[in-house]
Amino acid sequence: MKWTFENGIPIYLQILGRLRTEIASGAYPPGAKLPPVRELALEAGVNPNTMQRAFSELERDGLVYTQRTSGRFVTEDAEVLKELRKNLSKDVIEEMCTRLMRLGLSREEIRDAVEAWAERMESRKE
Amino acid sequence: MAVLECMQLTKRYGNITALDHINLSLEPGRIVGLVGPNGSGKTTLIKLAQHLLTPTEGHILIGGMEPGARTKGFVSYLPDRDFLPAWMNVESMLDFYEDFYRDFDAGRALQMLQALDIDPRMAFKKLSKGNREKVQLIMTMSRNAGIYLLDEPIAGVDPAARDFILRTIISNYSENALVLISTHLIADVEPVLDEVVFLKQGHIELHENVDALRGRTGMSVDGYFREVYRC
Repeated sequence: MKWTFENGIPIYLQILGRLRTEIASGAYPPGAKLPPVRELALEAGVNPNTMQRAFSELERDGLVYTQRTSGRFVTEDAEVLKELRKNLSKDVIEEMCTRLMRLGLSREEIRDAVEAWAERMESRKE
Repeated sequence: MAVLECMQLTKRYGNITALDHINLSLEPGRIVGLVGPNGSGKTTLIKLAQHLLTPTEGHILIGGMEPGARTKGFVSYLPDRDFLPAWMNVESMLDFYEDFYRDFDAGRALQMLQALDIDPRMAFKKLSKGNREKVQLIMTMSRNAGIYLLDEPIAGVDPAARDFILRTIISNYSENALVLISTHLIADVEPVLDEVVFLKQGHIELHENVDALRGRTGMSVDGYFREVYRC
């Protein structure tokens, strides 16, 4: 399946976002080998240079590392992965709260609603 | 170093100016889109690069040389219409290409043809339009060329054929080769491109990295193109 991209955002940034999410969620677990640039470029239907650029950014952020002969691997550094999840969740929370405030909820009401949600999830488990 | 260079390149047909003093420099390892409305000079530029036309003024250099027999040895050209002998079958075309081009990789061509499920003994003219386009692209991309000139490679084919063609272009990517794709179907090729060159009435309106353009304008290249040309 070809990947789909939004208009008006550089494609390498969208690839980067997708790969970050896949690393955070464990779709690519710590220590996992990433597919070669060419292979993933073909899967995504993008230029190999664009894919390479996304990979370079992941490397710069310390999320992946290169082993000269054997390829690219996801970091096993738990701190780095924790930081990644924290950063990604910031965006999600930002987006969710913006939408809720647009619906007219106050900050207290949002906090209460999130707590109520957590309680509901707890009680469902039991 | 630039592998395709235009300096004040001008082509006039009678009193119609198809290209007007354009300067352009393209490097290997890039996939470049040549876009613009009909009549903006796309095919003229490609034909000048392939020595099917000669400049009225200015120069075009291919690997540092004037286009001619020597440059055709490392330029692989896909014209915008059927160009292979219609009576030949795919098998004899492979032999034909092998005799003709030193850089032709028959094994690679065969591998791609097999993936298509085309009977190699079938005459070229009996293939469907989509399959003819695919076979012509396979022949073009199976040369280990320094430059690929693809004139409207996806015009008039169905979405599956279009995907096959784009995938073939991506999987044959080489950091030593320039791929120049002329098209008016920008949305389809956009993710495959490094750079885009906008032609308008024989002038280069814009030459920019695709992701830089998307970031700068907040639009897709296709959307931006529509806005600039109102088409």
